[in-house]
Amino acid sequence: MEALNHEEIARYSRHLILDEVGIEGQTKLKNSSVLCIGTGGLGSPLLMYLAAAGVGRIGIVDFDVVDASNLQRQIIHGTASIGKRKVISAKERIQDINPHVQVDIFEEPFTSENALRIAAPYDVVVDGTDNFPTRYLVNDTCVLLGKPNVYGSIFKFEGQATVFNYQEGPNYRDLYPEPPPPGLVPSCAEGGVIGVLPGIIGTIQATETLKVLLGVGTTLSGRLLLFDALTMKFRELKLRKDPQAPKIEKLIDYEQFCGIPKQADGHSLENTPVANADGFERISVTDAKQRLDSGWKPFVLDVRNDREAGIVRFPWADALIPHTEVGNRLAEIPKDREILVHCKLGGRSSQACNVLAQAGYRCFNLEGGIVGWAQQVDPTMPTY
Amino acid sequence: MSVRISIPTALRGFAEGQAAVEVDGNTAGEALHALTSRFPGLSKHLRTEDGKLRSFVNVYLNEDDIRHLEREATPLKSGDALTIVPAIAGGR
Repeated sequence: MEALNHEEIARYSRHLILDEVGIEGQTKLKNSSVLCIGTGGLGSPLLMYLAAAGVGRIGIVDFDVVDASNLQRQIIHGTASIGKRKVISAKERIQDINPHVQVDIFEEPFTSENALRIAAPYDVVVDGTDNFPTRYLVNDTCVLLGKPNVYGSIFKFEGQATVFNYQEGPNYRDLYPEPPPPGLVPSCAEGGVIGVLPGIIGTIQATETLKVLLGVGTTLSGRLLLFDALTMKFRELKLRKDPQAPKIEKLIDYEQFCGIPKQADGHSLENTPVANADGFERISVTDAKQRLDSGWKPFVLDVRNDREAGIVRFPWADALIPHTEVGNRLAEIPKDREILVHCKLGGRSSQACNVLAQAGYRCFNLEGGIVGWAQQVDPTMPTY
Repeated sequence: MSVRISIPTALRGFAEGQAAVEVDGNTAGEALHALTSRFPGLSKHLRTEDGKLRSFVNVYLNEDDIRHLEREATPLKSGDALTIVPAIAGGR
């Protein structure tokens, strides 16, 4: 193992005087490696703390660029990095925090084709992703390679964290054997997330990663930690291996497993509208614009919530009914007109279209939602 | 038997925004049925069309997953707490 030099001894002095770390533990950290999938909300604090703590080699996987809407929570990136590739922005920040860290960047989507190759050299994998297919992929990769998977996920004010596949412990499929169908569970882009929440959950993931690398303490393996920021409560639930779980033998097509049509660019699939839903039509923002301009007069139904409508709305929308309430408020929607349904990105509106179609309405889902409209039709509108 | 069911943020929109409700039931299954008869919109999020609990929504009796107890037949005592914990995937 490579020993610590004088500069490192000075830098890590608060660790070196801890019984649980010491020179021996710090040297272990220096010679250890962690792969973080995603440099977003969870990845931001995680990468910064692992770098500061002196983990010798950190791999980061991300193919996104920094967007203004990331900065409310993705604190590894700054205003000056808007438009920059996230892996580059994160690498620069890590090297500013600690130049002793080797940073490997993978600017590509994490897929069944590259996952085993990318993850193989690392001691621990940390899941900072934002969609179900990638979470199952990260899990199965860790099971096949025999690596601990430090897990965290967030929604609105709630978070979950645990350590999967550690010392024969349970993995993600023991917690959730199957994914939800697309569209049923809203994403952070649609449901929102309080900016500090990934800070808390990501920092818990960093803590667990360091404990696994050092071999100290009691990790969250076998326990699911739940956090609610609104009530400021932590709870833990027992997590056990499912004796009936099928054995994971190889990586599969995770988009298909999650019922999501594959996207060629590998972009986040979370907001993909309900797949294979019958009974309603889909219309792109540009087609909708064209048809509206040539006299189409559908009843326009906004299925977002009041707050979102307060940010930006179509002045020509006829009604605002949150998608969860559409089924109970059909009386407010005329049966004798075509219904154009929209939300922010197209996910919730496709659920609403399902409900409407079952109730006998003829409806059209605005694919891409009001954000797609703002990007492709009317750039004077704000996006959020 | 009165028990408290905690409803996660992701499903509160289907339960008039409530974080927890008190329901009656002698088993976990009965308590969940009491919940979905009060809030029918929750039903499709908790159960499949043939009435089985969905595999991405876990139900805990106190700290234990009812899948490792007697599933929906798990008996309840007064004052027990049921917690619904759905899969969430956010991270960015």
